Amino acid sequence: YTIIIYLSYPIYLSIMRGVLSSIMASGQQWVLVEMVQAFYEAPAYHLILEGILILWIIRLLFSKTYKLHETYKLTENEKEDLIEEWQPEPLVPTLSKDHPSLSYDIVTGSPSHKIIINGKECINFASFNFLGLLDNERVKQKALSSLKKYGVGTCGPRGFYGTFDVHLELESRLANFMQTEEAIIYSYGFATIASAIPAYSKRGDIIFVDEAACFSIQKGLQASRSFIKYFKHNDMKDLERLLKEQDLEDQKNPRKARVTRKFIVVEGLFINTADICPLPELVKLKYKYKVRIFLEESMSFGVLGEHGRGVTEHFGVNIDDIDLISANMENAVATVGGFCCGRSFVIDHQRLSGQGYCFSASLPPMLAAAAIEALNIMEEDPGNRSFFNDCLNVALCLCDRIPGLRLEGEPFAPALHLQLEKSSGSREADMKLLRSIIDYCLNRNVALTLARYLEKEERFLPTPSIRVVVTVQQTEEEIQKAVSCIVEAASVLLQ
Amino acid sequence: SLKLSLYKKPFVESFEETPLMVAVLTYMGYGILTIFGYLRDFLRQWNIEKRHIARERDEQKDFVPLYQDFENFYNRNLYIRIRDNWNRPVCSVPGPKMDLIERSTPNYNWTFEYTGRVLKDVLNLGSYNYLGFAENKGPCADAAIEATQAYGVGVGSTRCEMGNLDIHEELEQLVARFLGVESSMAFGMGFATNSMNIPALTGKGCLILSDELNHASLVLGARLSSSTIRVFKHNNMQSLEKLLRDAIVHGQPRTHRPWKKILIVVEGIYSMEGSIVRLPEIIALKKHYKAYLYLDEAHSIGALGPNGKGVVDYFGLDPKDVDIMMGTFTKSFGAAGGYIGGKKELIDYLRCHSHSAVYATSMSPPVAQQIITSMKIIMGEDGTTLGADRLRQLHENTTYFRRKLHDMGLIIYGNEDSPVIPMMLYMPAKIGAFGRQMLKKNIGIVGVGFPATPIIESRARFCVSAAHTREMLNTSPHRIARTKFPRIQSNYSPIQRALTEE
Repeated sequence: YTIIIYLSYPIYLSIMRGVLSSIMASGQQWVLVEMVQAFYEAPAYHLILEGILILWIIRLLFSKTYKLHETYKLTENEKEDLIEEWQPEPLVPTLSKDHPSLSYDIVTGSPSHKIIINGKECINFASFNFLGLLDNERVKQKALSSLKKYGVGTCGPRGFYGTFDVHLELESRLANFMQTEEAIIYSYGFATIASAIPAYSKRGDIIFVDEAACFSIQKGLQASRSFIKYFKHNDMKDLERLLKEQDLEDQKNPRKARVTRKFIVVEGLFINTADICPLPELVKLKYKYKVRIFLEESMSFGVLGEHGRGVTEHFGVNIDDIDLISANMENAVATVGGFCCGRSFVIDHQRLSGQGYCFSASLPPMLAAAAIEALNIMEEDPGNRSFFNDCLNVALCLCDRIPGLRLEGEPFAPALHLQLEKSSGSREADMKLLRSIIDYCLNRNVALTLARYLEKEERFLPTPSIRVVVTVQQTEEEIQKAVSCIVEAASVLLQ
Repeated sequence: SLKLSLYKKPFVESFEETPLMVAVLTYMGYGILTIFGYLRDFLRQWNIEKRHIARERDEQKDFVPLYQDFENFYNRNLYIRIRDNWNRPVCSVPGPKMDLIERSTPNYNWTFEYTGRVLKDVLNLGSYNYLGFAENKGPCADAAIEATQAYGVGVGSTRCEMGNLDIHEELEQLVARFLGVESSMAFGMGFATNSMNIPALTGKGCLILSDELNHASLVLGARLSSSTIRVFKHNNMQSLEKLLRDAIVHGQPRTHRPWKKILIVVEGIYSMEGSIVRLPEIIALKKHYKAYLYLDEAHSIGALGPNGKGVVDYFGLDPKDVDIMMGTFTKSFGAAGGYIGGKKELIDYLRCHSHSAVYATSMSPPVAQQIITSMKIIMGEDGTTLGADRLRQLHENTTYFRRKLHDMGLIIYGNEDSPVIPMMLYMPAKIGAFGRQMLKKNIGIVGVGFPATPIIESRARFCVSAAHTREMLNTSPHRIARTKFPRIQSNYSPIQRALTEE
């Protein structure tokens, strides 16, 4: 109707001109009669067109506006019907009775070197007890004295009277041990890297992650809402390609690039593949493309390096080159919890932004005291050289001798994977086969375990495998016995 | 009238509105602080004032800055000024009285030093010690000592692999019995219980209706699940009902397909408000609209109800009506960790699909033993009346303390039965001043401000414990009053004043 009004405007003008001219002609007299006369003088088609247009405009002005949502308005009855009809899915889908994770193996007593599993005493090749500190008397005594002083729980988060002198001592000891400025403790290993990544990387930032990153890193990435770019496992060329692409993008939009933070997240020793990340190349890439490195050292802390400081010591990389090192204390340190260490500039930020730190109760003091004592033991007697050699020993034993199984991982990694050389095609069948090998070994008093994953949640699901863990406490004979047991199991069951 | 009949006893909550004068003064206070903040930043930038913050390495100066200046503005210029009220180091049991390590600062809270002295017997009104199980002597401590000697401290594996100890199975059966549900599962961290299990239960195509003031762990769990999240006003049943109706009638946004599941996520006691969830109404709504209910009883388990079994016990409802009962062991049991209780199918599903069962280490054995012992005491299964005594003491202390503070005319938020008592301070400077003054009088309190609360509603939060004695509770309001008069002008309730003036 806007067009109509525009079209009718010239016609109005002509009528008004007619009216005015008749008025002008008769001087300044404004007489109604004169106006009416002007209307009679205007051509007929003008008046008819004018009349039609005026009627049309009036109709449009008074008609109801047509809204798209009108058709969706439901009556109350219809709404009630919809509410009655709606049936939700059951809260949880029904589980098949023989789901592999449904029944757990029950461990009686301490899960240390000799473990009683399902009533049978076995040698433990499954718990991450790398330095054998799970049943160490000194650690237990320190934990007990702490329990007698503080009780068990802390009854509050770090900010509200949950900070104990034990926590502060543990943080400074960890910082000293790793030769960094500061360390921060979390009360749960899983929550450590999962809270650290979102504290720094927000929406709009870019993170380059290795494909084989563990589940807690994946959850940290998901919580951060940043752009995630995966590069092939340990493939520095692939990572460099991604970095180059990002560099080109940055040059197109320098203003945005100036505020987009970029991070690389890798693990020291990968838990899923048991191999090591190429740290020196990563540091070179860091300075070339100006990205920060976050290193997750749960498996390598206490194990690699001359003093047990992890991958940085193993490769001789300056620890200040790594922006953040995160590790959990549930493997070598044999307690519960996790920590991050690095420069104060980086770590102090987590004290207000780390969700698992601010909004959760702090680590029970007895567990922190156990960690301090474990650190003491690690510092007094590194013993890492011999541990290294033990792992090499086991790996070499397993490498060629087992028919049908393949050893996966670096020879000096403490937690190795045994995969099927030839997969049957179905993951379930593979898992059943591996489980039967494990049951065979359990019957001969060697405790092993399947490496477990959440099939639907993992981004890059690792191949089914048996986890073999080497600890300092295992003797030569025990290792030989275990190896011969696995060889026997494989030759019997994998024909 | 239907709503009134759902509640068996009166439900009294009060959230008095901020008085206008106070709101104006609070905004002015923040305004002045912001102006000074900008001034100080300017001075620091031009090196007129010394910089105390740690700085980036020289080798990495040309990297993209790790923090934007404006992100840390609040931290640098407001939080640092009063941060001596938080992170106070404790060096004793966090019981009703505790020992604090004295700190001093040579440069207005940028760095702290230890003076070497210990402040002894500071009254503890900040720790979540509702039933007084934070103790280093007694049956719980003895049992924990035995467990440490038998099992050690760590576990070294996940529940699915080699970390499922017999003590965990015992704990889970006990928790199920305590809650009155079919089965339960325990996890090593309360925060992680939420953030790892909500994603296992809901996914894309599901709807989560969460309360405005839910805890960060619930928000994180909901976000990680990739479900749609809609927020209803705090404890407001009309808002929740409207959301439920709209959701079922209109379905998913854009495609209008029906929702797969609707999960209502609420907490038992909200720790910043002191309010108790309106559980009878929510259960009625949930049954009518066929939604599922996730109840986070972090603060209410052990603290509410005649038998200490939480909000469900408090309202006298059937635990089977709540689909997922979650809680933590940190507060009333003096340990650490969390649990989820519910039907057997639910727990079996979680045993296979929870992120925590597959990837995270199980609970430490002495911690599990502490929970077992304290839970047996609460249930009365240890043969003594210690549990019942403590529950009664907590209830008496709560009522007494609330009444005392209310009689003094202070503005208190929350339900009259909740042991969490927020007292309004409003102005940012008062948080600092109140905290420091109370420490001088040997009382340790917790002040909370932005961003944990709305910006003008800063508060001090008291947590009453069954271990507090009558004398302890008598001295504290007295000292609060004394603090208020000469130094800090009080936030007296205008309603109270009006009533007394009449």
